[in-house]
Amino acid sequence: MAVIFKQKSILPGFGLALGFTMFYLSLIVLIPLSATFWKTSTLTWHQFWHVVASPRAMASYRLSFGASLIGAFINLFFGVLVAWVLVRYSFPLKRLFDSLIDLPFALPTAVAGIALTTVYAPNGWLGRPLESIGVHAAYTRLGVTIALTFIGLPFVVRTVQPVLGDLDKELEEAAASLGAGRWQTFTRVLLPAILPAAITGFTMAFARAVGEYGSVIFIAGNMPMRTEITPLLIITRLQEYDYAGATAIAVAMLVVSFVLLLAINLLQRWSSGRRGRESSQESAFLGATLKPVLGRGEGQ
Amino acid sequence: MSIEVRGITKRFGQFAALDNVDLDIPDGQLVALLGPSGSGKTTLLRIIAGLEFADCGTVQFDGKDISDRTARERRVGFVFQHYALFRHMTVFENIAFGLRVRPRKFRPSEEQIRAKVEELLRLIQLQNQARRYPSQLSGGQRQRVALARALAVEPSVLLLDEPFGSLDAKVRQELRRWLRQLHDEVHITSVFVTHDQEEALEVADRVAVMNEGRIEQVGSPDDVYNHPASSFVYNFLGNVNLFHGRVDDGTTYIDESASGHLLFVRPHLLEIARQPSGPTYFRATTKHINSAGPLVKVEAVTEWGAPVHVELSQERFHALQLVKDEAVFIIPKDIAVFEKSGNS
Amino acid sequence: MAGSISSTIRSVPASGFVASKATSEPAIVRWLLIATAVLFLGVFLFLPLAVVFFTAFHKGVAGYLRAFQDPDTLAAIRLTLLAAGIAVPLNMVFGVAAAWAIGKFEFVGKSLLITLIDLPFSVSPVVSGLIYVLLFGLQGLLGPWLIAHGIRIIFAVPGIVLATIFVTFPFVARELLPMIQAQGNDEEEAALTLGASGWQTFFKVTLPNIKWALLYGVILCNARAMGEFGAVSVVSGHIRGLTDTMPLHIEILYNDYQFVSAFSVASLLALLALLTLVVKSVGEWQSRRQLADQAAGEAKESQ
Repeated sequence: MAVIFKQKSILPGFGLALGFTMFYLSLIVLIPLSATFWKTSTLTWHQFWHVVASPRAMASYRLSFGASLIGAFINLFFGVLVAWVLVRYSFPLKRLFDSLIDLPFALPTAVAGIALTTVYAPNGWLGRPLESIGVHAAYTRLGVTIALTFIGLPFVVRTVQPVLGDLDKELEEAAASLGAGRWQTFTRVLLPAILPAAITGFTMAFARAVGEYGSVIFIAGNMPMRTEITPLLIITRLQEYDYAGATAIAVAMLVVSFVLLLAINLLQRWSSGRRGRESSQESAFLGATLKPVLGRGEGQ
Repeated sequence: MSIEVRGITKRFGQFAALDNVDLDIPDGQLVALLGPSGSGKTTLLRIIAGLEFADCGTVQFDGKDISDRTARERRVGFVFQHYALFRHMTVFENIAFGLRVRPRKFRPSEEQIRAKVEELLRLIQLQNQARRYPSQLSGGQRQRVALARALAVEPSVLLLDEPFGSLDAKVRQELRRWLRQLHDEVHITSVFVTHDQEEALEVADRVAVMNEGRIEQVGSPDDVYNHPASSFVYNFLGNVNLFHGRVDDGTTYIDESASGHLLFVRPHLLEIARQPSGPTYFRATTKHINSAGPLVKVEAVTEWGAPVHVELSQERFHALQLVKDEAVFIIPKDIAVFEKSGNS
Repeated sequence: MAGSISSTIRSVPASGFVASKATSEPAIVRWLLIATAVLFLGVFLFLPLAVVFFTAFHKGVAGYLRAFQDPDTLAAIRLTLLAAGIAVPLNMVFGVAAAWAIGKFEFVGKSLLITLIDLPFSVSPVVSGLIYVLLFGLQGLLGPWLIAHGIRIIFAVPGIVLATIFVTFPFVARELLPMIQAQGNDEEEAALTLGASGWQTFFKVTLPNIKWALLYGVILCNARAMGEFGAVSVVSGHIRGLTDTMPLHIEILYNDYQFVSAFSVASLLALLALLTLVVKSVGEWQSRRQLADQAAGEAKESQ
C-alpha cells in the first residue's frame, strides 16, 4: 500500500491552512535560519576553531552556561516549592502571586534588565544591604546569575503545578496508612511523580537563560573575560563587522545548548521510562517543551 | 428515502474496519446496527453520513449513487454519541443553526425559524429550556436537543451514533420509548448504532448484526433473536449455553468429546427434571439457586464439569422443590446447531 | 459516589484539593513554606516590578509626563506600534492556519512541523537578529542585490519588523493548538452535516470555542513584539528617532543616566505586561468555569 500523506477528512481547508503555514514558516524561519549555516560554511575548519575557541569566547561560554545552570537549579528548588505552596495551601493574595509567576514572560527583557540593575545596584533597595555585608551583586557574575534566575522563574512552577494538582490524593493517603511520615511521603511518593515535569521545567529555564540578552546586559557590567555573556560577544563581533566570527560563535552556542538539552532529555526519558509510565510532557526538542507553559490547555 | 450500501470496504492501516459490506435500508424504517465495539458499526454509519470515506464501494440514496457527495450535500441528520452540541450557543441557537447557515435564497425568515424551533422544542419537551446553554442541561436533555437540531433541517435520513450510550439506565429506557414514538410519528428513515442488544431488539424495525467488519445477519428483531443465522449472532443476542455435540440421522446428541458441531441453548430453553426423557439430555448438579425475580436462575455443573445456566419459571421451580447440590437431568427444549468450521 | 468526587477534584486541581489530617503538614511547616515562597516571589518578581513604577514617578507626575515630550521617545513609541501592528496580525493569521491544519487533520510529518514552528523559541534573540543580518546585511546573501536596487532592510524598519515577526512567530499557534486539539472535530462535523459551509463552520463554531486562547495568544504575542530587545537590537542600527523601538530607546535613556525617562517608557511596557497577565488569568478563570459547568451538567445527568 502506498504511503498516504494525509488521512481523508471531511473538514475543509487543509490545503489552504497547511499551504499558508508552510509558506510563512519557510519565509520567516527556515530560509533565514539556513543563512546561518551558509555563512559558517564560508569559514575553514581552522578559522572556525580559532574564533570559537578563543580565550574570550571560552570565558563567555563559562559564564553563560555556568550562570544559566546555577539559575536553573535555583529555579528547580524554588519552583517546586512555589508550585507546592500554590497548589496545596491557601493564603492571602494567592491568586495575585499565581498570576505574577508569568511576569518574566510578559515583561520586556530590557525593562527587566534596568529594573533588576536598579534593585541590585550599590545604592539600590537590595544592593545597599548586600553591599554592607560585602556582597557585590550588580556588575558581577552574581548579577548575571540573578538576571538569569529571573528569566527562568516561571518554567518549573508552570510545569510542576498541573502535575501536582492532578496527583491522586489516595496516593498520599495510602502512603500515610502504610506508616510513612510526611517527609517520607514527599520524597518517596510525591517527588518521583513530579520529577519528570520538574526536569522539563529545569531544561526549559536553562535553555531560555543561555540565549538571554536583554535582561542581563544592564546588570552584567560586560567586562570581557569576566562578565561578558556569549550573546553579547556575538553582538560585539557584529559591531566590528566580523560577520563570520559572530556566526561561528552563534553556531557553537546553538550546538552546545542542543547537545546539553539532548542529554537532559535522554536523562528524563530514562527516568520516566524506568517507572514504566509515559511522561505527560513531550520533550523531544527544546521548543516542544514550551507547551505546558505557553499553552493553557493542560490541566489548568 | 431508502439507503443501499454496496460493497463498502474501509481499512485503518492493517485493520479492516469494514469488509465488503452490503446493506439495504428500506424507506421509512428504523434500523439498528448492532455489534460489539470494533465491529465497524460506527464506521459504517459515518460513511453513510459522509463523515468518513470508504476505500471502495458505494452508498446510494433512493438508488442514486451519492458516494461523492459531501456530508453537507447529503442532507442527513446526524446525532453524535457525545451530542456535539455547540457549547457557546443556547438550546434555541443550537436547533436553529442548520436553518441559519443556509444560503440566503433558501433561508427561512426569522419568524419561520422561530416557529420551527418552538415546534421542535415542544416535541422534545424542552420549551422552558430554550435560553439555556448545553452545559446547564442533563445528559438526557442534551441528547434530545441534539436530536431536535438534526431534525430541524428536515433531513432525508436520520443517523444516530450510540444515541443512548452515555446515559444511565433509567433515562435510557425513557428515551428509547420516546425515540420509537417519535419515529412512528415522523416516519423518517433512521439508522442507529448500538452495542446493547436489548435496545436494538426493543426499538428497531430491523436489526443488522455486525461482527469484525461484516454483517452477520439482517432481519426483524424476532428473526435475529429466534432464528440466528450464525453462532456469533446466537451468542451475542442474549445469554447462551455452549455445548459440543454430533448430529446422527437428524437427532442431536450432546457429546463433549465430539468436535463436529457447536450447540447453543438459551437458559430458558433448558428443562430441569428428575427423570431423563428423549434422546438429548445430560446429568448435572445444582450449585446455586437465585429465586429473586420473575425467573428462577439456577447454576449447575454438568457431568463433565462445565458450568451451565438454566432459567425456569417460579411455578416450575416450586413444583420441582429444587434444592442446592442436587443431582438432576437437564433436557434442552430447543438447540441451535452450527457446524464448527470458520463462519459456521 | 467516591468516583465522582475524586473526578471533580481532578478537574479543578488548583483550588479543589481538600487536605485531610493524614495528608497535611503541621501548621508551622506550612507557614514556613508559604513564607519562603512569598519571599522568593517578592524579591524576584515584585521588587523589580515595583522599582519600575517607583523610579518612573520618582520626580512626580510632571517628571513622568515630561518623558513623553521628547520627540525621539514619541518616534520610538510609533515605531514599536508599527512593528507590532504588522507582526501581530500576520502571526495571528499564521497561528490560526497552523493550529487548524495541525489540530484538525492527521498527516505525515506533523510532529516535525510542530518542532519547526517552535524553533524561534529555542534560538537566542541575538541569533534571531543575526540570521536576518546574514541574509539581508551588507555582506549577506542578498545584501549586494538589495543595495544595487536601493532597498534597505537591515538598519531600517523592514528589518525590525522581520525580527519582531520571527521572535513572536510561535505564540498564537502554540496557544491555540492544545485548545483546538482538546476540542476534537465533533462540533465541526455536526455543523457540516447541518449544511454549514467551511467558513461558516470556522467562524460560527470553531472560533467562538477558541476565542479566549486566541485572545491570550494575541495579547502575549503583542507584549513580546513590543518588548523585543535582543533581536531588534541587532538589526536596528540604533538611529535615534528613526530605527529605535521603545526597548532600544529605554537602553539609550538608561545609558544616558536619564533614569526617570527610561523608567517612564519602561512603565508603559510593564503595564502592557500586567494587562497580559490579567487577560491570562481571566481566560483561565473562564475555562475553569466552563469545566465546572460541564461537571455540574454531568452530575445532573447521573441523578
